[in-house]
Amino acid sequence: MAKKQAVSFKLNGRQVEVLVEPRELLIHSLREKLQHTGPHIGCETSHCGACTVDLDGMSVKSCTVLTVQCQDAEVLTIEGFEQSGELHALQEGFTQEHGLQCGYCTPGMITRAFRLLKENPSPSEEEIRYWMAGNLCRCTGYQNIVKAVQYAAKKMSSAHT
Amino acid sequence: MAGSTDTIEREKKLQGLGSSRLRKEDARFIRGKGSYIDDIKLPGMLFGAMVRSPYAHARIKSINKAKALAVPGVVAVLVAEDLKPVKLDWMPTLGSDVQAVLADKKVCFQMQEVAMVIASDRYSAADGADMVEVDYEELPAIVDPHKSMAPGAPVIREDIAGKDEVGHGKRTHPNHIFTWEAGDKAATDAVFAGAAVTVREEILNPRVHPCPMETCGCVASFDKVTGQLTVYITSQAPHLVRTVVAMLSGIPESKIRIIGGDIGGGFGNKVPIYPGYVVAIVASIVTGVPIKWIESRIDNISTTGFARDYHGVGELAADKDGRIKALRFTALADHGAFNSHVSATKLPAGLFSICTGSYDIPKAYCRVDAVYTNKAPGGVAYRCSLRVTEAVYLIERMIDVLAQKLSIDKAEIRRRNFVSADKFPYNTSLGWTIDSGNYQAALEKVLKAVDYEGLRREQVQKRAKGELMGIGVCTFTEIVGAGPTKVCDILGIGLFDSCDIRVNPTGSAIARLGTMSQGQGHATTYAQIIATELGLSSDEIQIEEGDTDKAPYGAGTWGSRSTPVGGAAAAMAARKIRAKAQKIAAHLLEVGEGDLEWEVDRFKVKGNPAQARTMKEIAMAAHTSNLPDGMEKGLDATEYYDPPNMTFPFGAYVCVVDIDRFTGETKVRRFYALDDCGTRINPMIIEGQIHGGLTEAFAVAFGQAIPFDENGNHLGNSLMDYFLPTAVETPHWETDHTVTPSPHHPIGAKGVAESPHVGGIPCFSNAVVDAFAHLGVTHMDMPHTAFRVWQQCKALGISTR
Ligand code: FES
Ligand code: FES
Repeated sequence: MAKKQAVSFKLNGRQVEVLVEPRELLIHSLREKLQHTGPHIGCETSHCGACTVDLDGMSVKSCTVLTVQCQDAEVLTIEGFEQSGELHALQEGFTQEHGLQCGYCTPGMITRAFRLLKENPSPSEEEIRYWMAGNLCRCTGYQNIVKAVQYAAKKMSSAHT
Repeated sequence: MAGSTDTIEREKKLQGLGSSRLRKEDARFIRGKGSYIDDIKLPGMLFGAMVRSPYAHARIKSINKAKALAVPGVVAVLVAEDLKPVKLDWMPTLGSDVQAVLADKKVCFQMQEVAMVIASDRYSAADGADMVEVDYEELPAIVDPHKSMAPGAPVIREDIAGKDEVGHGKRTHPNHIFTWEAGDKAATDAVFAGAAVTVREEILNPRVHPCPMETCGCVASFDKVTGQLTVYITSQAPHLVRTVVAMLSGIPESKIRIIGGDIGGGFGNKVPIYPGYVVAIVASIVTGVPIKWIESRIDNISTTGFARDYHGVGELAADKDGRIKALRFTALADHGAFNSHVSATKLPAGLFSICTGSYDIPKAYCRVDAVYTNKAPGGVAYRCSLRVTEAVYLIERMIDVLAQKLSIDKAEIRRRNFVSADKFPYNTSLGWTIDSGNYQAALEKVLKAVDYEGLRREQVQKRAKGELMGIGVCTFTEIVGAGPTKVCDILGIGLFDSCDIRVNPTGSAIARLGTMSQGQGHATTYAQIIATELGLSSDEIQIEEGDTDKAPYGAGTWGSRSTPVGGAAAAMAARKIRAKAQKIAAHLLEVGEGDLEWEVDRFKVKGNPAQARTMKEIAMAAHTSNLPDGMEKGLDATEYYDPPNMTFPFGAYVCVVDIDRFTGETKVRRFYALDDCGTRINPMIIEGQIHGGLTEAFAVAFGQAIPFDENGNHLGNSLMDYFLPTAVETPHWETDHTVTPSPHHPIGAKGVAESPHVGGIPCFSNAVVDAFAHLGVTHMDMPHTAFRVWQQCKALGISTR
């Protein structure tokens, strides 16, 4: 076992510190050391997207990131979406449009869609499908996930105007 | 009064049957606050990692634990020998076989569980697992089920080699599991002998995997002081797990608590009992602390609950007009190294015997031979009831084959063979009674919606230009809601289900059921059923499932049995409460029970509607002293519902594909699905289930298959190799419905979530084959990947410019 190392970063706006082996994956630090069990593990091989978090303004699969790479970073997980008791437009959209069933892929989906809407506030259906293609869902058939993202896009753009 | 604004308002408020109310369970999931198996953390918990066999068939000469035990953090290494003192080395399967929990002297499939390393965390456990030294002597493996019963074939199951029976009748070879048949063989053969037209095809349902997003796992916790065993588990059937654990361990069932929390998808994969669960339990007993075992995705795809692997032969006999006179279906089923297919004791090949489908077929015979091979066990009904997918795939493919042979349109041949609406309840020639149906109406509605005639005209034009366009039609009948205990049991336990409702003094209620949601939205739909029956708002009805300490006994959620059986139990328990409520209302209003009528949320006096007691008022009264003489307090009821019959949802689907003959790529241009699941409880949830089922059908039809090489090596067990469709390739779905209630279900509901999978797969296949029909092609095996379709084009000489 290699020596442990302290890593500190901002998690959903709060400064945190973890002691990890250099090989420890971010998803495991988040889930097991920092009690953020919103991001899920579906494959540990970067294929499913259940572990997606936002890292310094980029969507990443946290099963492919070493925690030691996150020194001084800003990490956003599903736990950071609800602000002062207000659901994020995406959280609302997923419920309103029935964009989830078992809910296992949902945190990763919402986090990925968040980055999409930051970069492209009014995506077409095709753009949404391409952007979300790294996040697998076995339950919904994606159609309602697309609608959920559209719902949020609409709500967010009307909030800005 | 009915239909007055006031009544409609009250009905709306209840958000009961028929309302597309939003799901109650979403609140936690959209916040990342679900409680899935890997989220469970108990004080002092250790982590278990499996050591798995690299060989498909090998003798274990020795296992050396020393190096593993020296790894920092490693606490114990368990092998088969260690399980023997607690008698947990072999376990009964849900398919009336036995299975080695950890390989006992030999391994029978690649990735079989050989040892479990227990350590302080998952990293040390994985390190330890790498250090366990197992000395194997490789044996020849059997991969092809067709060769399994050859004379002199290597014996896979030496433990039962001498036994001529393993649960389902006589075995004829050491690698034979059972032969099971239904129908009248002699009469069917006679029809074939004299038939004007016969067709025959070999049709494969390849080995596939349900692959839910959450893998399987458990946290087992044994309390040495109280003797209490608690197991958090990814199970679709917690009560059955509790019974099996009690049978295995000798711990009284009353001291075992199984908790299925939130489950990240099941699709059949989470019905069987897996060795990991059992070893985790033993490890907790041995170490005295809680043990967590979680599968990796690769473990999941390679060792848990595959589905299908049915090598079928379909035959139809018909007259010159395409009227089917007889059907003969046989299948060779590859069950892997242990028979752990979940199957009803009396139906070892499950509901394969529904293979007459939606058609009025006077004579039929079906037969399944199951064999052992050196592959993982645990074959499950993947989003279908016990081999219905295989049956429906056969009949829906074969009816197309017959249509092609007779040059009859594929919609027309279905019309000619449907069981007509006036014939229900209809007794099939294989012994089932289909409760209700209206197949013709469903098909006509779909054909009109898609402009079927127009599509066929377009196809003619395209064919003239050398382009490939296929139109798939599928008119299926499902059989769900297992099941009447007279025909369906597992390990002797009848497949009833249950609901226990308690109404609180202030008029909210809690209901507990023996079923188990894995994303189907039970907390919402059951509350809607109860809301309508009790006149209480579905918002205030709390649903609990999956905790065996709380819920009454039930067989769980699989085979679309939740609405047909659990939903029926909920309605019946609610009706018991309403009957008591009526007595209380009569007492409070000082009238006879017969003077009252029920309206939405209250009992009112006939002819004097101002005189009424609402259910909320009655709930309070039930907890006061003002009750009829001798009446027990409270407003509770429990129902154990044993359905009189299965339910038979059906549908009519049309799929349009365009195929690129130069690349073999198939584009699903349109998919129109009409489903009839009887009474619709929550249309939004139903539609969501259909989208999901169609997407899983799309995956099976176009990409899924688990391949092996000749040594039994698994050739694709990660998500890199195993096809799960993304948002990009998944088609757009159009949905529609008709409503033909089940006459025997308390609210007429039939169950729906499997229909799109069962009906979708043949519809896709029919569309692909239809694109080649004018070139004389009658059948192509799934999956219809671009490569395989291109090979077909190449064979036909149409792949080059
Ligand atoms: S768990 Fe990270 S992508 Fe699947
Ligand atoms: S909702 Fe179950 S995997 Fe997406």
